[in-house]
Amino acid sequence: MLPAMAELGERAVVRRLHERFGFGPRPGELAVGFEATVDRLLGASAGVGGAEPPVLREVAKVAKADRQGRRAAARQRAEDERALTWWWVDRMASVDVPAVERLAWFWHGHFATSEQKVRSPRLMLAQNETFRKLGAGPFAPLAKAMITDPAMLVWLDGNDNRVGSPNENLAREFLELFALGIGHYTEQDVRESARALTGWTVRRDTGDARLATSRRDTGDKQILGRHGDFTAESFVDLVLSRPESARFVVGRLWARLVSATPPDDATTARLVAAHGTDTRSVLRAIAHEPAFHDSATTLVKQPVEWLVGLLRALDVKTSTMDGKTVARLGAGLRGMGQLPFRPPSVGGWAAGGAWLTTAAGLARLDVARLVAGHADLHAVDGIESVGALLGVDTWSDRTAAALRTVAADPAQLVAIAACAPEYVVST
Amino acid sequence: MKNLTRRRFLTFSGVTAAGALAIGATRVDWADLLSAAATDPLDPNAGVLVVVTLYGGNDGLNTVVPATDRAYQDARPDLAYRPEEVLDLGEGLGLNPGMKGLKGLWDSRGLAIVRGVGYPTPDHSHFRSMAIWQTASPKTSVPTGWLGRWLDATGADPLRALSVEPVLPPLLAGEQTAAASFPVGGLTLPTGKLGEAFAALGAPVPGEERWQARAARSIADLHDAVKVLGGATHDDPTEDDPDEERDKGASAGGASNLAGQLDLVATLVEAGVPTRAYSVSLGGFDTHADERATQQRLLGELDGALTTFVARLKKSDRGRQVVVLVYSEFGRRVKANASDGTDHGTAGPVFVLGDRVRPGFHGAQPSLTDLDDGDLKHTTDFRDLYATLLAGVLGTDPGRILPDHTGRVDGLLPT
Repeated sequence: MLPAMAELGERAVVRRLHERFGFGPRPGELAVGFEATVDRLLGASAGVGGAEPPVLREVAKVAKADRQGRRAAARQRAEDERALTWWWVDRMASVDVPAVERLAWFWHGHFATSEQKVRSPRLMLAQNETFRKLGAGPFAPLAKAMITDPAMLVWLDGNDNRVGSPNENLAREFLELFALGIGHYTEQDVRESARALTGWTVRRDTGDARLATSRRDTGDKQILGRHGDFTAESFVDLVLSRPESARFVVGRLWARLVSATPPDDATTARLVAAHGTDTRSVLRAIAHEPAFHDSATTLVKQPVEWLVGLLRALDVKTSTMDGKTVARLGAGLRGMGQLPFRPPSVGGWAAGGAWLTTAAGLARLDVARLVAGHADLHAVDGIESVGALLGVDTWSDRTAAALRTVAADPAQLVAIAACAPEYVVST
Repeated sequence: MKNLTRRRFLTFSGVTAAGALAIGATRVDWADLLSAAATDPLDPNAGVLVVVTLYGGNDGLNTVVPATDRAYQDARPDLAYRPEEVLDLGEGLGLNPGMKGLKGLWDSRGLAIVRGVGYPTPDHSHFRSMAIWQTASPKTSVPTGWLGRWLDATGADPLRALSVEPVLPPLLAGEQTAAASFPVGGLTLPTGKLGEAFAALGAPVPGEERWQARAARSIADLHDAVKVLGGATHDDPTEDDPDEERDKGASAGGASNLAGQLDLVATLVEAGVPTRAYSVSLGGFDTHADERATQQRLLGELDGALTTFVARLKKSDRGRQVVVLVYSEFGRRVKANASDGTDHGTAGPVFVLGDRVRPGFHGAQPSLTDLDDGDLKHTTDFRDLYATLLAGVLGTDPGRILPDHTGRVDGLLPT
C-alpha cells in the first residue's frame, strides 16, 4: 500500500530533479522553475565544464620472476586507478549540467564492472567514456558497445569464450542483469547465447577488442525461439526485440532514479514508449509522472551521489587536496560502502537501507569534515545559511538543535548538516 | 501492486536477491541485541551455527589436495601442489600449505572435512549455483533461503539469525521473516561539541519520513554500539588494497575482513545474544587465472580467521556450542586452463569445525578419473549436510526446512 499521495511544491520538485537527474543543486539553482529545469538538465549542453580525463598508460606486462618490475607495475596501476577515480568524482562535481554524468554513473552500476578484476584503469576509462557518449541515447547502441567492451570482456571472461569451449559468464549476465531479466529465458538460451558471443578477444597492448574469426562459432544457434548464425550484434538485437527487455531496463532506471516501489502498469507503458526513443526521453517522461511529484517518493542517496552533491554545493574539487587528504576521502567512501570503479559484483550496488549502517554514519562524518575543511565558508553564518548552501529548506527540531551546538564553527556546522537525515535522504 | 509482480521486480533489482531482500530485513540495533541478551539469553547448551560462505567458487582440489594422485598431477602440472608441499591429512590427502592453523586443529581433532559435496545436475553460474546452495533448492528457484525457512518454522523471530555483512545474504531470507543484520565497523566517535552535535542527530523525530528516520536511528545505534563495544570491533581495511594477487578472482561478490566479522560473532555469542545462526563471508575465489598465489593467500586469510575464532570460542561454555560450516558455491575444473587457473567446476570439500563435531573425513573422495564432462561427481549432497546441522546443531526437524530430502551425513554430529 502506498501512502496517500501528497504533491510536492515546485521548489521541492526542482530540488528532486537536481538530485535524481544530477547530483543535487548548486546554490541558487532552486530558484529556477520546473519546466525550465527539466529543459536545462536534459538539454543539449549537458557535459560542458568537466575536466578532460587523465592520460593513463597500459600496465606493462612484467615477467613473473621480475619482482621489482611487478611491484612497479602494481604501483602504477594503483596510481592510475586513483587518478581515474578522483577525476570522475571531480567531473561529476564540476560539470555545469550533470545529467550525462549521472547517467554514466547509473550505467556503471547497471553494467557493473570492477577494476578489482579488470586490473586496467585504461580499460575502465574507455568503458566510462562509452557510458558518457552513449548513456543518454537509445539503449541498443549502448548494449552493443557493452557486449564487446574490453573491460567487460575481461570482467566476465568473454576473452575465454571460443568455439568448442564456450564460457557462459557474459551471455548469462547480459540476459539476467543487463537486458532482459530473470525468468524470460532458459538455460538452453544461455548456452546458445554464449556461442553467439564466441571469438571476442582483448588486446591488452592496444586496449582494443577484436573478433578472432578462428575462435568464433559459426554454426546455427537457437536463441529465444529463433534460429540463425547469431553474432554479438544480432544477438543484442534479438534480445532487445523482446517486449520484456524495455520493461526491464526502464524498471532499473526507475529503481535508481525514482523509487524502490515499482512503477504501475500505466507508468511503465509510458516509460517504455519513451525508451523507444532514447534514455533522455525516459528521464523526461519520468519527470512528468505523478509519482515523481509525490512526497512519498524518497530515495537514500548512494554514498558517491551524496559526496558529489556536497562537493557541488560547497564548490570543492578533490584536485585541490593533497594526496593524504584524498587517501582519507577514499577510505571514507570505502567505509560508506561505495567506490567508483569498484562495484561489489556484476549485480551492482545495494540500495535503500543498506547504505544506512552504523559504521557508514561514522565514515560519512569523516568525509563531510574533509570536504567542509576545504570549502570557502565565509558566507556561512548560522543554521539558515547552511540550509541555503545545501539546498535544505527546513531542518527538523532535532537537527536544528544539533546544528546550534556547533554554530560557532562553520566547518563543523556544514559537516553536521551534511550528515543530517534531511540531507542523507533525497526527499 | 500484485504480489507476484512485486516479487519479480525485487528479484530484478539486483543479483540481488540479496539487495532486494535487504529491503525487508530488520536492521537491529545494539540495544535490541543487548536487551535480548538480558531478557532472553542464549541457552548455554544451545547449539549455534556459524555459516562461512566463500564467494567465487573455491578450488577444492587445491584446498584438500590429493597430491599423491597421478591423475591430479597430470591434470594440472603447473598448478598442482607436490606431495611434500601439502600438510598431510592421511588417506593420500593434504591441506593447502596456507592452512597451517587448520592442520593444527585437524591434529588436535577439532576439524571435520566432508568430501565431494555438491548436488545433481550442477550449475556453473556463480549466482545460480550460490542461489542453489543458499536456497537448498537445486531444481526450482525458490524465494527463501534454507535458514530463512528455519526462521519461519521456528517462531519467526529475526533475532534468531544474524548477518554481520552489510547486505543480507539470500540464505537468511524467509517467507515471513528475514534475519537481522548488524554490520562490522570501526567505532571511534568524535568528541567535544562536534561529537555532541553528531549524537544529537540520532534523536527520533515523530512522523519523520521512513528513510530519514532510519538514517537517524543508524546514528543512534552507532552511539549505543560504541557504549558497549568500545574498540572491540575491527576497522575495515582503509587502504586501497595493495595486494594484487588477492583480487584476481573477485567478480562474484563476498566480503573481506573475515577476521573482523568472526570477532564480532564471538563477542555476540559470549554476550549471550539469543541468536542461533550467523552468516559471514569471504570473497575472491573466482580464480580463472594465476590461481596458486591468489588462492593460497585467501586460504591463509580463512585459516587465520577460523583458527583465532575457534581458539576464542573454546574459552566459554556458549562458545563451545558453536559449529562452523565453511562452503563455496562450487569447486573448479579438474584440469587447469591455459592461464594457470581453473574454470567453474562442481563438487568440493566442506569444513565443519567445533567441539560438537566428530572430527576426521566424512564422505568419499571423488574420483579423478571417473569424471562428468571434466568435472568431479559429487559423493555427498549438500542437503544431507544441512539436514544434519539443522537436527544436530539447531535442534529442528529438517523435514520442515528441506521437504522431500531424507539424506544425512551419518556420524558427523550426535543427534
